[in-house]
Amino acid sequence: MHTFLKVTAAAALLATGACASQPDPVKDTTPVVENTTPVEEKTEVVKTDPVVTSSIAPGSLEDFRVNVGERVYFDLDQYRLDTEDQEILKRQAAWLASYPNIRILVAGNADERGTREYNLALGERRANAVKEYLVSLGVSASRVDTVSYGKERPLAAGSDDQSWALNRNGWTQIVSGATS
Amino acid sequence: MTHRAMLYLRRFLAAAVIALGLVAPASAQLRVRVDEGNFQPTPIAIPDFQVTGANADLAKQIAEVVRADLASTGLFDLQNPASFIQRDLSINAEPRFADWKIIRTEGLVVGTFEEMADGKVAVSFRLWDIYGGELMRINGEPGRRLTTTPENWRRIAHKIADSIYTRLTGEDPYFDTRIVYIAETGPKTARVKRLAIMDSDGANQQYLTSGRSTVLTPRFSPSAQEITYMSYEGGKPRVYLFNIETGRQELLGNFPGMTFSPRFTRDGQSVLLSQAQRGNTDIYILNLRTRESDRLTDHPSIDTSPSMSPDGKSVVFNSDRGGTPQLYIMNTDKSKRTCPGGGSDVACRITFGKGRYSTPVWSPRGDLIAFTKQEGGKFYVGVIGIDGKGERLLTEAYLDEGPDWSPNGRVIVYFREARPGASPQLFSVDLSGRNERRLVTQTDASDPAWSPLLQ
Repeated sequence: MHTFLKVTAAAALLATGACASQPDPVKDTTPVVENTTPVEEKTEVVKTDPVVTSSIAPGSLEDFRVNVGERVYFDLDQYRLDTEDQEILKRQAAWLASYPNIRILVAGNADERGTREYNLALGERRANAVKEYLVSLGVSASRVDTVSYGKERPLAAGSDDQSWALNRNGWTQIVSGATS
Repeated sequence: MTHRAMLYLRRFLAAAVIALGLVAPASAQLRVRVDEGNFQPTPIAIPDFQVTGANADLAKQIAEVVRADLASTGLFDLQNPASFIQRDLSINAEPRFADWKIIRTEGLVVGTFEEMADGKVAVSFRLWDIYGGELMRINGEPGRRLTTTPENWRRIAHKIADSIYTRLTGEDPYFDTRIVYIAETGPKTARVKRLAIMDSDGANQQYLTSGRSTVLTPRFSPSAQEITYMSYEGGKPRVYLFNIETGRQELLGNFPGMTFSPRFTRDGQSVLLSQAQRGNTDIYILNLRTRESDRLTDHPSIDTSPSMSPDGKSVVFNSDRGGTPQLYIMNTDKSKRTCPGGGSDVACRITFGKGRYSTPVWSPRGDLIAFTKQEGGKFYVGVIGIDGKGERLLTEAYLDEGPDWSPNGRVIVYFREARPGASPQLFSVDLSGRNERRLVTQTDASDPAWSPLLQ
């Protein structure tokens, strides 16, 4: 899943030109129905990977989820963002720069191998680490809310290393402003 | 009196005479010890109560609850009524001690049940020391009589059991109490969590919240009328007060960040809680009358799960300031204290064993702190002295978490996931580590908290 996200997100970066510094949304990013006229770069991507990009409206929840990546994953009892996490958050920041009306909620989550209250604090640390990194990349702090769910909202139901790794995450959720 | 009981008695009396300068009472009496290493439950008999009036079923049920309460301590062996020889007991006559010695009864409860003209019910009872051959006075009285409305019959039963328990062990009572907890339903990835409450024996289970918002970590006020807990009401995790009588919920404090891990101070005037803001969690104390809060810790580490000492002078909490979650004690007035490990500091670390320690809860007696410990893929509930000495692990499982004390400081309640993927359930264990028992709930359950003794 991780690798898949990386590949599709890279494709998306190529498609939009990955212009983190570009301040305003360009015309092709406004809400459109599918099969709108793609820009040149997009045409290329459609050729190479038509399934992923053809039906997703830019600026939509799905666009964010599929083409940008909504979660970063933490090491055990850590809230440090490694380079892989930073790449995802750079894409998030770039995407958010393109859609300035979008507000996000970053949820910090922990695995079940800790006590409830400590994990609530740890989740808040993680959510805040994501927020601070996004803000450092130019996302306005006023667009980013945080919440900690501690170990209360696991993504994976298992009680094994793989599930715990998935459940130690920072989840960027679009709250408002997305196209549908 | 048995040889064992006599030994205990001599020890007890010697200690009492030395410590308090008391004159020993004229005769020896039955006393059940709660801390003996080589433990044998004491045989006691509680025959059904004699009934005057119609409601024999209710009388039977009351006696059953008394027996169940006492049996639940693990300290008593409730003898089988079929083995009783004397069948003509009267509350106004001495039992035939010889008849009870044959079946080795040490303590005998004789009671009557009556329905009164105003519709109330009354239970009278006496406690007999069979081997001492005498009546055991309860609070100086030769017996006790309790009256209530029929709907309240369980509370009469718990109060009788409390009287007997206290008279025989010297420990404070704890049966006439309630336990609040989180009732959990639904799949693990979409749990519904509701506040729920039940009697200490698991009877009268009811839900206090709808489950619309996730709620966590309820704790009783010393009045037993209010609960403080954390709720995701409105999407924001914050600490609330819940009034059990009125069902009213009230947001506590005006904190910009998320608030959690609430716990009342022992005087009930304030709530200790954690606030997390900008990636840092610190501990605050909120005065319930003035609604003003004071910051107790100011450290870039996680400081959470505060619990105050019974004298109000100290707070134990969980912090990862040393690299991993450990337990620390600080003075409530934030002055420096002398640390058990040497030196003085505002917060003294008290856990130095292997593993991660969290959820400290100060015993109502003041001498011990219960905690959750995580080490080597297992979780434990244990206790440690406030000087960091004498750590004892009482339980072990895939997940054992969140201990809380019975109001007399004898029993610890907690929740357990027995195996990976197992549902959470409530358990209790005696301070000695004996008598681990499941508290049966209608749903999965976590975060149990014990009320003070009801009024």
